[in-house]
Amino acid sequence: MIIHRKAHRVLVSGITGKQGTFWTEKMIECGTCVVGGVNPKRAGETHIGVPVFASAADAMAKAPYDTAVMFIPPALAKPAALEAIASGVKLLVMLTEHIPAQDVMAVLLAARRAGTHVVGPNTAGLVTPGEGFVGIMPGHNPNIFRPGSVGVVSRSGSLGTLVCLNLTRAGIGQSAFIGIGGDPMIGTTTRDALIALDKDGRTEAVVLVGEIGGAMEESAAEYAAGMEKPVVAFIAGRASPPGKKMGHAGAIVTGTAGSYDSKRSALERAGVVVVDTPRDIPAALSRRLEGRAAREPRGSAVQAGR
Amino acid sequence: MNFEEHAAKAKVLAPASIAVPRGKLCITADETEAAFAEIGPCVVKAQVPTGKRGKAGGIRKADSAAEAGAAAQAILGMEIDGYRVEKVLVEERAEIAREFYAAVLTDFAARRPLVLFSTEGGMEIEEVAAARPDAVRRHGLEVDQGFDDHAARAMLAGLGLGDAEPKIAAVLKSLHAIYRARDAELIEINPLALLKDGRVVALDCKFTLDDSALFRQSDLASAGAAEKLTALERRGAEAGLKFIELDGNVGVLANGAGLTMTTMDVIAHCGGKPTNFLEIGGEAYTKSEVALGLVLSAPNVKSLVINFCGAFARTDVMADGVVKAWKKLQPEIPVFFSIHGTGENEAVKLVREQLNVEPYDFMEDAVQAAVDAAR
Repeated sequence: MIIHRKAHRVLVSGITGKQGTFWTEKMIECGTCVVGGVNPKRAGETHIGVPVFASAADAMAKAPYDTAVMFIPPALAKPAALEAIASGVKLLVMLTEHIPAQDVMAVLLAARRAGTHVVGPNTAGLVTPGEGFVGIMPGHNPNIFRPGSVGVVSRSGSLGTLVCLNLTRAGIGQSAFIGIGGDPMIGTTTRDALIALDKDGRTEAVVLVGEIGGAMEESAAEYAAGMEKPVVAFIAGRASPPGKKMGHAGAIVTGTAGSYDSKRSALERAGVVVVDTPRDIPAALSRRLEGRAAREPRGSAVQAGR
Repeated sequence: MNFEEHAAKAKVLAPASIAVPRGKLCITADETEAAFAEIGPCVVKAQVPTGKRGKAGGIRKADSAAEAGAAAQAILGMEIDGYRVEKVLVEERAEIAREFYAAVLTDFAARRPLVLFSTEGGMEIEEVAAARPDAVRRHGLEVDQGFDDHAARAMLAGLGLGDAEPKIAAVLKSLHAIYRARDAELIEINPLALLKDGRVVALDCKFTLDDSALFRQSDLASAGAAEKLTALERRGAEAGLKFIELDGNVGVLANGAGLTMTTMDVIAHCGGKPTNFLEIGGEAYTKSEVALGLVLSAPNVKSLVINFCGAFARTDVMADGVVKAWKKLQPEIPVFFSIHGTGENEAVKLVREQLNVEPYDFMEDAVQAAVDAAR
């Protein structure tokens, strides 16, 4: 579910706001199936070509959806998210940054009880080149995203964008981009995203874009150790001073926990190639894929780098 | 947001009926001397939002007014962990029988609250937990779950607390209530003391409020400790920008925390040192003009990297702000761009035409050029 598909039906919460409007237009342009939006004050209207509903439940009754994406300010995010979860949505994409932590816990708990997947908060969203995107990523930009077989998981939207751009410039397309968000508490972890990409039949290799803070990369490394698909990683924050939150609330090193060295060594022990700069990612990936193709001459060699 | 001990005790613990020693906040040695008359044998404690006060000599006992004054004289004006001491808390000295540790905090990895208790109070809890994991009792619960008497007593069972057990259980319940009602990230009492007269009293308190919840805890916001910021960092904060001053000479302006950290990493990789962390991602992408002014105000900046990779942030809007600031400030340092993503055609055109600068295709090349120029 956390890999976006063209068949997914998407509801946009907060569709009539400036950003909701701008990004919904981009999503539709990119091929995403947007069934409508929510704004109680404008229920019954049509906005940028799609219907506006009074509530998530109203929308579910009239235009069933499986994915909800929220353009909702922090103070209102919890009730909007709980409403979407109660409506029976399968995937909730929370873009909002600065939601109170106890609200995030309440949303993640309700989601766990209802069996709803949550991506974010503070995520830039999901992109599947050639199929569509959900969120605030330049999924419609062919210089950045191109269909292919490399899955990308990233805490950061801007850095994830750069990584996909570098891949596309090197002739390597992407099977899926999963932005998981820069908050310390998120619904889908690096490990969760890695598992989804490992199980995805269209993904042949993974780029893991992490950053300092927390222990998600270390946990993902445990899973990566047992993966057959090659994984290449870049971890941001090597030059960041400890004890300071580097923009993302989650990006802080206290003591040795969450440090660059801890993440890099955990990943390297798991057989993941960790590169020093984003520019090195495509070449490292090509080397891993070629090495693998040579070992497994099954005719499924990936065309990487042309 | 962190709170100094006196604020945490007065604004958070006392209203929740957790007992604290009698105390008085003083800002001069004379005041401290006078406070001794009211309080008697006391402890004079530096009020700064850091846990390193004791080791730094910021906590002293006094048995006379003169000693209290002298302690305040020594402590006021001290610098502890980068904070200048401007206030001391004069507190009655308690006859301690035992010291405990009690806290409720957000367990970020488990995504739920966690109640902690240890009979080994007064020490760094991380050290206790590392040396003897069994010495720290943990009770994880869901955010919508109550923490009742039964749960509290279960946590304390078998610790030999005797008559103090119900009193300590009441403190744990209150701490949990504070955590929930006050949007705490951490509420910690260390030590929680059992006094010889049988009372259970919070001798110290650490309270961290979730910054994202300030909008609904406005009565506490003014009681929080000021962040440790340089003048430039404060200017950034006032403009709603996260700016961190560093000791290098290559200025950084990028959008998004991840890309900004990466720009700093590549500067280091190329043998340079960044002047700052400053990101204008999210809603802040419209503030590039103010942001550039900040970077250029850093005293050591010798060259500048501007690295935009727009997703949500529109590079054309950011580039427009940069061009405006550049023309206004007319800095005499070289600038190196890399611009990709949302709005890049317009952004590149603007930079080319208005600043006569050609952006680099790869950020690594822009960074290398900036590092070389700063040498």
